[in-house]
Amino acid sequence: MRELTCIGCPLGCSLRVFEEDGNLRVEGNTCPRGETYAKNEVLCPKRTVTSTVAIRGGTVNRLSVRTQTDIPKDRIFACMEEIKAISVDAPVMIGDVVLPDVAGTGVALIATKNVPKE
Amino acid sequence: MKSHDLIIIGGGPAGLAAALSARRAGVQDVLILERDHVLGGILNQCIHNGFGLHTFKEELTGPEYAARFIAQVKEENIPYRLGATVISISREKLVTYVSREDGLVQVQAKALILAMGCRERPRGALNIPGSRPAGIFSAGTAQRLMNIEGYQVGKEVVILGSGDIGLIMARRMTLEGAKVKVVAELMPYSGGLKRNIVQCLDDFGIPLKLSHTVVEIHGKERLTGITLAQVDENRRPIAGTEEYYACDTLLLSVGLLPENELTRALDVTMSRVTNGPEVDDRLQTDCEGVFACGNVLHVHDLVDYVSEEAALAGKNAAAYILTQQTAGKTVPITADGGVRYTVPQKLDPENMADSVTIRFRVADVYRDRYICVYCNGERIRRIKKRVLAPGEMEQVILKKSELKQPLASIRICTEVE
Repeated sequence: MRELTCIGCPLGCSLRVFEEDGNLRVEGNTCPRGETYAKNEVLCPKRTVTSTVAIRGGTVNRLSVRTQTDIPKDRIFACMEEIKAISVDAPVMIGDVVLPDVAGTGVALIATKNVPKE
Repeated sequence: MKSHDLIIIGGGPAGLAAALSARRAGVQDVLILERDHVLGGILNQCIHNGFGLHTFKEELTGPEYAARFIAQVKEENIPYRLGATVISISREKLVTYVSREDGLVQVQAKALILAMGCRERPRGALNIPGSRPAGIFSAGTAQRLMNIEGYQVGKEVVILGSGDIGLIMARRMTLEGAKVKVVAELMPYSGGLKRNIVQCLDDFGIPLKLSHTVVEIHGKERLTGITLAQVDENRRPIAGTEEYYACDTLLLSVGLLPENELTRALDVTMSRVTNGPEVDDRLQTDCEGVFACGNVLHVHDLVDYVSEEAALAGKNAAAYILTQQTAGKTVPITADGGVRYTVPQKLDPENMADSVTIRFRVADVYRDRYICVYCNGERIRRIKKRVLAPGEMEQVILKKSELKQPLASIRICTEVE
């Protein structure tokens, strides 16, 4: 049995995951998202990574970015290495792709801030 | 002198949502005054995700959440002044602000919405002994330095206080290559959201030491270390439990204080628990025509609830302007039995909306309790809660139809089985 705290929403349900005959059974969830989260957390934990990259010629020095979807938890630091190595040029709009495939995850890194040209 | 129907002080999440709601309720002449050079307030530096699950049914970062509201404000052509710092407001709704472009300006409003947000409790409020070296930051200051200015801030970090900003910064600094050695919390429970403890500490193996505090600061020019000690049930350090941590950075995440310096000039009743003004169910202070919402009213955990509350303030300010609706007779809402406060603090049973959301926080971590609502001494609501924590705001929605008339008292409390 594994105990988890659901992070699907701010309620933070306390979940218990049981393995029975090769199947996972989840208790303590108050919505279907909890069950999905608990199973994924046991089988393949994923996280959204947020950070900033350097931006040239804009109204600010840093552009905030995030992975478009969750990436495997064990790829977080590989993702950060790539984020630290790059810089972009203004203007950038929210949703613009900064890296098409971050750290071989197949997930894009996208801008989360509108930065106009200075 | 210029005049406006509605002036909103603050262009953060509360101010933006209040402006939109007031405009959509029919008030054309709205002005937002913002002291920063951009709209969006603190959301601009909150680059992590988790915003908007309630409002937009998707998980956004702070800047993305702000951008959606800013885009709507621009679509509605709601005027705003940036770099405009309000220096005083009066009961007559005369607003004085300064800005580089406009100089010293006085504007008259028919109604005001207070949306100034909050600020962090500083080191000076904690009485930590020791010298005053560089390297001690409030968590939000470090967040701004890192996420907006692009500085690394520190390499070996201790965080005092387990408020959400401290937890978020523990993860953020770890991702940027810093070693976060420990998060210490004075109380026997965390003041942050559970999900932040999971995602920001557990994920990176950062220990959370409850009932611990910093008892000494070491270093002269730059911080070189801190001494941590366990505290007893009276929050006094226990001799013999001291532990030294070498670090170059100490972040303080020890609470947020509503920023009500302007409000005080209105001479309205202030809550000693929330540090915000007391309001009725229309979010009106006891200065008629002055409404309050967001973190200036009480500190929230979730921006979604700020937006919702601010929209209500905007709608009610619009009703005040358009219909000259005056405040009726109110009944106080009493908080006890583990409920520290409620917002609103009073309710007008005759003129209230069909349903009113009462938000509150509890005093301690409680398991298997009931949130109960009493009306004229009779229990009208009993809601089972598996867990209640001071760090997570709770709410009950009261329906006008379930309140006994004539209403004499409302009491919200927690009860054991």
